[in-house]
Amino acid sequence: MAKARLIGDRTNKMMVQAMERRATDVRGRVFQITLLVTLLISLFILGVLIVDVVVDAWGVLTGRPSGFLTGTMRSLSGDPKLGVQQALVGTFWIAVFVAVLAFPIGIGAAIWLEEYALKNRFTRFIELNIRNLAGVPSIVYGLLGLFLFVKSLGGLTGGKSIASAGITLAILVLPIVIITTQEAIRAVPQGLKEGAYGVGATKWTMIRSQVLPYAAPGIFTGTLLSMSRGIGEAAPLLLVGAVSGRLGSNPGFFDFSAINAEAFMAMPVIIVEWVQNSGRDPGFAEAAAAAIVVLLVFVILMNAAAIFLRNHFEKKRG
Amino acid sequence: MSDTRVNPAGGLTVQSLKANPRQARKERLIRDCLGGTALVSVLISGLIIWSLFSEAWTFMVEVDWGSVWDIGWFPRRGIYDIKTLIVASLIVTGIAMIVAGPLGLGAAIYLSEYARPGVRRTLKPILEILAGIPSVVLGFFALEWIAPNVVKTLFGGPAAGSLLAAGIGVGVLVVPLVASISEDAMKAVPMSLREASSGLGARKITTTIRVVLPAAVSGLMAAFIVAVSRALGETMVVFMAGGAAQTAVYTHDPLEGSLPLTAGMTSLARGTDSVVGEGLTFQSLFFVGLMLFVVTFALNVVADRFVHRVREQY
Amino acid sequence: MEQAEPEASPRLGLDIDRKMQAAVPNSTGDTVFEVEDLNVYYGDFRAVQEATFTVYEHEITAMIGPSGCGKTTVLRCFNRMNDLIPIARVEGRLDFREVPIYDPRVDPVEVRRRIGMVFQKPNPFPKSIYDNIAFGPRVCGMAKKKSELDGIVEQSLNRAALWDEVKDRLKDSALGLSGGQQQRLCIARAIAVDPDVLLMDEPCSALDPIATARIEDLMQEIKNDYTIVIVTHNMQQAARISNRTAFFTAQLDSTTDQRCGLLVEYDRTETIFSNPSDERTENYVTGRFG
Ligand SMILES: Nc1ncnc2c1ncn2[C@@H]1O[C@H](COP(=O)(O)OP(=O)(O)OP(=O)(O)O)[C@@H](O)[C@H]1O
Ligand SMILES: [Mg+2]
Repeated sequence: MAKARLIGDRTNKMMVQAMERRATDVRGRVFQITLLVTLLISLFILGVLIVDVVVDAWGVLTGRPSGFLTGTMRSLSGDPKLGVQQALVGTFWIAVFVAVLAFPIGIGAAIWLEEYALKNRFTRFIELNIRNLAGVPSIVYGLLGLFLFVKSLGGLTGGKSIASAGITLAILVLPIVIITTQEAIRAVPQGLKEGAYGVGATKWTMIRSQVLPYAAPGIFTGTLLSMSRGIGEAAPLLLVGAVSGRLGSNPGFFDFSAINAEAFMAMPVIIVEWVQNSGRDPGFAEAAAAAIVVLLVFVILMNAAAIFLRNHFEKKRG
Repeated sequence: MSDTRVNPAGGLTVQSLKANPRQARKERLIRDCLGGTALVSVLISGLIIWSLFSEAWTFMVEVDWGSVWDIGWFPRRGIYDIKTLIVASLIVTGIAMIVAGPLGLGAAIYLSEYARPGVRRTLKPILEILAGIPSVVLGFFALEWIAPNVVKTLFGGPAAGSLLAAGIGVGVLVVPLVASISEDAMKAVPMSLREASSGLGARKITTTIRVVLPAAVSGLMAAFIVAVSRALGETMVVFMAGGAAQTAVYTHDPLEGSLPLTAGMTSLARGTDSVVGEGLTFQSLFFVGLMLFVVTFALNVVADRFVHRVREQY
Repeated sequence: MEQAEPEASPRLGLDIDRKMQAAVPNSTGDTVFEVEDLNVYYGDFRAVQEATFTVYEHEITAMIGPSGCGKTTVLRCFNRMNDLIPIARVEGRLDFREVPIYDPRVDPVEVRRRIGMVFQKPNPFPKSIYDNIAFGPRVCGMAKKKSELDGIVEQSLNRAALWDEVKDRLKDSALGLSGGQQQRLCIARAIAVDPDVLLMDEPCSALDPIATARIEDLMQEIKNDYTIVIVTHNMQQAARISNRTAFFTAQLDSTTDQRCGLLVEYDRTETIFSNPSDERTENYVTGRFG
């Protein structure tokens, strides 16, 4: 503005004209409103989705909330013992597998790529490979699990077991863990690293004392996102053989023998199961909606926490 | 304290500046372990390719190729009409892009160019939450809400599953993806370009359409391609809302039910609880999987190129 | 810059340097760094060509010169900090106390424990003041007991003239300190491992004159215990505090058509500022250059 005034009257006049034009810029207004509407449609869909699910689930969730959480799979939707307990156990164990396998391996790989790897073709190949893995459809991971863990290594994993499913999902989220961790590590200021090296820190000391603490919130965000992805994923589980029909056993949460027993259930799969059952028994649609609410509570909480954490630290560190 | 201090009388030798062997061993061990974890990703890629190829190879060698171009997808009867699956996949993906393209792009333009920071701070996280919704949930939504309320009332289709319902569901699923990649691309356009344009007296709409969008075109292409790849690979929505179970007769009518590639695989694996059925059913699963993998892989590589172009430009 | 170019034959410049080095007055102290024909490359780009000079014990050696002439590059060779830049490559002789530190057997970590560094921008760790100082002694395994560590922290902060200002808030975050305090904290952090040499890269460029004066005083005080090499853009500062000054400039390399850092003149500071033997030095120190 100050510059414009210096340049002289003509510029001034042009700006005034531009401002007047803006006031009557109908096309611009329409464009902006159209854009806003597209955004609002997306948000509206999210709203409808949540309202629709909650309305469907209302009867079950308000009628017998604890019974639903502790109940098991049944053949009739009216069965008072119908519930998601087995699915919760399965999802719990999948989460454990993801946390135990994908987090350490993913974080380790990211540290290596950012701090140790030479910038050569081999490193670029690994990074390209990871980006491609992140884009592989989840069902292809299911095929990998089916081929490798169910068929080839069935003796170890127990075939169509929670172990096969857990390892498959850990593999599926691994690229996400690596990529988000890499981003977090890349944001560590060079000055901190040099400061640590400058007083004689070794590479690992520097990483442990400077890089990891500074990147921790970002890494944690990444693990939350990948965990929520992992527990919501259904397709690979269908391929590595989450049961259809009734699940015979009803293991407790810490029943280790159930890990490689041949049969398991998980939250996203029970939703599919019940949606399919709703064809013959419409009451199952409500049960499915209720299961969705349970799953969404976990998923949305994790995502929201991750987004909040990321925005918070982004703002704090400028 | 004094052991790191140098004796000026000439105590320092190469020996004294050598690495402490224990520490050096520890450092090497850590480096090698971390390098090993990085190699896991390569191993996984290798295993994926190996598992797909080995089983698909058996299929390709042993299958009667006449059954791969037939009337429909009936794997348990030895009829593996691949065009049924491919056409269904293309229809679903096309519909999904018709939904997600404008919605995602519009949302991205609004967030990047028009939204005030405060508005952006509230709207963007909501979009990100939408991105995190599991696809089973959208499958349920497509079947229970989109089918009766959109497909039936607006298009006169069935209230149950159909390719259209699945396509809209997949579209909703990829909206956040399109929006976030497009927004990144537009945010990468330097402010100076916009300032130069408005400095010439261009209106905001002109600046956006004539300057920002063309400058961001590589990123927008990437967004579009990634979304196509994601839509092709999406499984649960098409499986639950695609309107076909187990088998499908060839159709190219979006208002009918059919099996896209992913749904065909899922229903085969999900069938009478074992895929080790007659003949080549198990192997056909991997054949379809291989096709899907190759196509999505190619799309992702192309998208990656576009993303790189964005980085090089600015 | 234009003035310097007519006589810009690099060969000639080099010959003058050689002669001049021989003429450096004898020093009382021992030799700390012996630099001979030092070339530093970033990839194919030669950033510094054939620098030859000597750094003496208990002196402050200043490096001055226009931006981009390779001062930082040379400084970071002294403690192998440029090992962190993958494309950086060092050729020539660089002896620290008669040990060639670019010998493959030498561990850069051991070098850096003896040769501390203070950076242009204060870079305290996002930890407490205490932990910032204690970091070095801890990683070097210098203190077995908490009381020893406490002693080192107090002593280092004292030497860096910061103890009185922070002694009541050692547990507070170091990021809460002012810029000048942060830089003194970084100096304290560097001297906490009791190094032999302190390298400082424009340590005062982010500070106001008062904070700068404090750090200059501090350097005068600690120079009896350490050998200091400082890069500065502030010629008054170099003149005030240093015993010797190296003047670098960037010269067009006729073969590659790239600008390459060149050591023009190295001598006692008084000589450099009052009676330089090279015209380029004179132009620079009198402000007629660049
Ligand atoms: N990491 C690097 N990669 C490539 N080139 C570099 C790198 N660091 C410095 N250079 C180049 O080396 C030359 C010398 O840089 P250096 O930082 O040593 O200059 P300087 O004298 O310290 O300048 P200043 O006074 O601005 O700090 C410059 O041309 C610079 O572009
Ligand atoms: Mg510098």
